[in-house]
Amino acid sequence: MAEFDELPAAGNGLLDRRFFLRAGVASGAALMTASASSLERQEWMKGPGAGMSEAGAPSSHESHVVRASIGSLTGTTGTGASRTPLQLLDGIITPSRLHFERHHSGIPDIDPDQHRLVLHGLVERPLSFSLDALARYPMVSRIQFLECSGNSGASMAPEPAQGTCAALHGLVSASEWGGVPLSVLLEEAGVKPAGKWLIAEGADSAMMSRSVPMDKIMDDAIVALYQNGERLRPSNGYPMRLFLPGWEGNMCVKWLRTIKVVDQPSMTKDETSKYSDLQSDGVSTLFTFPMGVKSLITSPSPGLSMGAPGLYQISGIAWSGAGKIKRVEVSADGGKSWADAALDAHVMPKCLTRFRSAWRWEGSPAVILSRATDESGSIQPTRETVLKGRSTAAFYHYNGIQAWHVAENGEVTNVYV
Amino acid sequence: MSTFRFFAVAGLSLCSIAVIAQESPGLGELVSSDELAALDYAVLPNGDGLPAGSGTAVEGSTVYQQYCFACHGDKGSGGINDALSGGHGSMTSKSPVKTVGSFWPYATTVFDYVRRAMPLSSPGVLTNDQLYAVTAYLLFINDVVDENDVIDAKSLPDVKMPNRDNFVWGYAPGT
Ligand code: HEC
Repeated sequence: MAEFDELPAAGNGLLDRRFFLRAGVASGAALMTASASSLERQEWMKGPGAGMSEAGAPSSHESHVVRASIGSLTGTTGTGASRTPLQLLDGIITPSRLHFERHHSGIPDIDPDQHRLVLHGLVERPLSFSLDALARYPMVSRIQFLECSGNSGASMAPEPAQGTCAALHGLVSASEWGGVPLSVLLEEAGVKPAGKWLIAEGADSAMMSRSVPMDKIMDDAIVALYQNGERLRPSNGYPMRLFLPGWEGNMCVKWLRTIKVVDQPSMTKDETSKYSDLQSDGVSTLFTFPMGVKSLITSPSPGLSMGAPGLYQISGIAWSGAGKIKRVEVSADGGKSWADAALDAHVMPKCLTRFRSAWRWEGSPAVILSRATDESGSIQPTRETVLKGRSTAAFYHYNGIQAWHVAENGEVTNVYV
Repeated sequence: MSTFRFFAVAGLSLCSIAVIAQESPGLGELVSSDELAALDYAVLPNGDGLPAGSGTAVEGSTVYQQYCFACHGDKGSGGINDALSGGHGSMTSKSPVKTVGSFWPYATTVFDYVRRAMPLSSPGVLTNDQLYAVTAYLLFINDVVDENDVIDAKSLPDVKMPNRDNFVWGYAPGT
């Protein structure tokens, strides 16, 4: 069977994507011999274990799986970000406690009974909704990604920054988001014909605000109340946030407090001074909303060194603000040849998709890459293409192909190809 | 209409907004105009939403020293936090310096943002006159207005920022 199962699919040891399906993962693992002592009855099997508890926590042996690269502007504690440890996770759902954070003036401690969502501006009836009222509306839930448009900004640096997936690309997460379609609430308030935009504002100390076009709101925007089955975490906007599937995270205003319907964008600080894209000719583009098609190999990746040469699974995530991921290709020879990766069963629009490839690593230096294509036909661009025409001060919407260098000793580092 | 159809409509088809609205529980409570005035912080580039009040850079200099200087430095030159002046003409250079003066397209954004968020540790402390004054001061240290120009709801939207013409939209409504 070995020859069939290890059908090469691309250069430098990449195997057919059906490899794991046919062979199982046994062949690699079978070579390992268990030490005798670990097969004997263990300490924790010699008496009853711990009892039940009101809320679970990860194993104490997993205490290293935490948000990373936590940073805040000088003199502040809550004007900054923390990042999802993508390299330590599998599947597509980000545990809520590990969802990345990006706040502009800390996390407010909101009393849900006092909090109101107010719709006003160009509406027939300005309305206020309590959390209890909103919870009685028909809800929808979808599993979708949320990405800060500043994610991967480090990849624009002239020299490759060294860090883990978390440090370099950890401002993306995926959750099941549940809530009330904003279109339903706006219909109740009665949007006047001139109402083409709305200004969403949060109840944080910075009253973070963004302008959102009405088309998007009517398409798929929700006032999210639930994340992964429980009420939102405070760091994700408790008790309610705007969620705009596939669009830059900053617009998904947390701690949502007011929505003002207007006839033009407000040009808030966060849609002009920040979150706009400066080109080298001095022109800046405002309102670049959707997040582009993107993928990332999370294993192997920096910090997860390879062991002895042999059979490995290359695994990662792919996503697109335009819809579903159609295809992910992987290369183990720096982009000379590519093979299709297998996609896990859950391929959903505007969601993370997990991909996997089998790789027979011979122990020589290699450069591994992944490249995603979405259902609209967009293909993830190279770093060079992304940077073309951009200012050196440009920072947002980087979705270039990520290359990892695997050294002979198995160490993985960030490289540009 | 059965319960089943109610949720089916709401969950699957956002096109049927009219149907949803009929069936929505209708729990929104009317908000009075007084209440709205208290919570409406939005300012538009055409001046909509700007409150009564006024100020000049001369007055704003005092406000700035007291409330902003510690973090943003002398005349907005930057300190522990962002520089708020300078960088003019640097957007096409190898190292652009984005400030209120060199980058921001709209003067109304200064009022909107400072009223919402600054000073960082106690937003909301400034009166409308102080807000207009410190806005005038930030524009003055960027050579956009004169020291004695009166900034108010009428004059602020007319202030043309140096970098205004260098912005395009990446989003076309209706697409
Ligand atoms: C305690 C420190 C502190 C004080 C005092 C302070 N600021 Fe700030 N300011 C900040 C921080 C931090 C940011 C960045 C916020 C962010 O990025 O979300 C900021 C951002 C700004 C910006 C946006 C800069 C840009 O280019 O995007 C302006 C304008 C501003 N402050 C004006 C003021 C004014 C006016 C005052 C006085 C009324 C003031 N600040 C007082 C810390 C401070």
